[in-house]
Amino acid sequence: MTDVMLEVKDLHAYYGKSHILQGVNLNVKNGEIVSILGRNGVGRSTTLKAIMGDVPPQGSIRFKGKEIAGLKSYQVAYCGLGYVPEDRSIFPSLTVEQNLILGEKSGRKNPRWSIEDVYNLFPILRERKDTDASVLSGGEQQMLTVCRTLMGDPDLIMVDEPTEGLSPQMTERVGNLLQNIAERKISILLVEQKLTIAMRISHRVYVMGHGHIVFEGTPAELEKNDAVRREWLEV
Amino acid sequence: MAELIIISTLNGVLYGMLLFLMASGLTLIFSMMGVLNFAHASFYMLGAFLGFQISQWAGFIPAIILAPIIAGGLGALIERYGLRTVHKHGHVAELLFTFGLAFIIEETIQMIWGKLAVDYRVPSFLDFSAFTVYATNYPAYKAFMLLFSIAIFVGLIFLLTRTRAGLIIQASLTHPNMVGMLGHNVPRVFMMVFGLGTSLAAIAGAIAGAAFVTQSNMAALLGPILFVVVVVGGLGSLWGAFVASLLIGLLQTFAIASDWSLSKFLGSSYTPASGTILYDVWTVTIAQIGPILPYLLLVLVLVFRPTGLFGTRDT
Repeated sequence: MTDVMLEVKDLHAYYGKSHILQGVNLNVKNGEIVSILGRNGVGRSTTLKAIMGDVPPQGSIRFKGKEIAGLKSYQVAYCGLGYVPEDRSIFPSLTVEQNLILGEKSGRKNPRWSIEDVYNLFPILRERKDTDASVLSGGEQQMLTVCRTLMGDPDLIMVDEPTEGLSPQMTERVGNLLQNIAERKISILLVEQKLTIAMRISHRVYVMGHGHIVFEGTPAELEKNDAVRREWLEV
Repeated sequence: MAELIIISTLNGVLYGMLLFLMASGLTLIFSMMGVLNFAHASFYMLGAFLGFQISQWAGFIPAIILAPIIAGGLGALIERYGLRTVHKHGHVAELLFTFGLAFIIEETIQMIWGKLAVDYRVPSFLDFSAFTVYATNYPAYKAFMLLFSIAIFVGLIFLLTRTRAGLIIQASLTHPNMVGMLGHNVPRVFMMVFGLGTSLAAIAGAIAGAAFVTQSNMAALLGPILFVVVVVGGLGSLWGAFVASLLIGLLQTFAIASDWSLSKFLGSSYTPASGTILYDVWTVTIAQIGPILPYLLLVLVLVFRPTGLFGTRDT
């Protein structure tokens, strides 16, 4: 068994006629935190959606050695890929606990995360377990969506802009949560706007520009590469 | 007067509950899949005819159990092998599909059972007077229909709020894609909801058919009212459908029982000359304009509150 968990090769995707992804190549190894950086509109979120089957992908996506391009979203999820969308998509009419329960997949034995683990990690979710999820604050909703995805016992989770609109303290907590998750041998593919957090917790980073990867390396290497930072990241 | 109010309330609530059995399925299907199922009332009719046929062969109790199961199974198959394919071509294609389906069901029913009303009647063991209000006997079968539809209602609420399948359905009402990305087979949930919705309509048909007239035009008569209920309640709102069902049920029942008119209301202070239009307006009774009232409500709701009473999205 190789230690590459997710391998994306020559991934293309379209929204109508616009060619959003133009040959994306990337991989994520076991237990690794990998970030995709880049400006808005270069295709970072679309990359995650295409891997998840939410946007029809063209090209090869191998997960745990199995080709998953062309599978339906729920089948991709069943393979062990978790996804936390940018808009959070909590179920507003359900309670916090019901949201978490829906994260569980039927028929899965001995998941790594139980509802108790989640509550111990975030006592606030336990306190509010019977309230409607729609009344949680933005940060709490973000915790809830990440935890809901964890309840499905994924081997890799893809998280889209988890710190968007959050206070610095909350951003810090989300960062710690992601590290905590990675310590349990769950790989993370992160799309993030805030460089500081991505540089702090990632093992490797990709920089994306206009539908393909323009840089790959460690955070330290990106730190040193002024040219890439100036051309593809700084505004 | 008290007698009239009690009987009309009972009848109105009964009619409302029957409407809700149908509207709940229609609204679940619409909220989840975005499909306005024009053929929904046809499943109500199918339930009535299947109920009639099975009751001839095996008796009333098997009829009201089997008819909804068969109709619901048929609904699920239609979703799986028809609607799901048509869905790829957009909502207009879906609308036309369900429109055609309504005609197919109607014509098929006419071919099998003919155009005249069939002899689907109240079973003899429920054909007695349950209780008497003042001088009016309330039939046991109506009481049975009321209790039965309330039981189904309670069961539906339990299913939606207390079971895992119900939670998946509720979550799919707002975020079907997210539900799929959590690993739930959303197309299968759609199929089950379509089956459930059509079987609820068939339950209403199977029990109402025996009390009212089971005829091949019953879907066409009921369909428009059903859309009024769903629009007034708010598309996509189950709670709204419930309130609107009772509202329309009571409104129609009370209107029919009322002989009020402007002339009776205003007394004899002014009476227009007989033969003029004004005289007609003065003397028309609420019972006579009763059939218009639901549609009037529909038009007013669309003008003043396009989301319906409890809906969250525009029609």
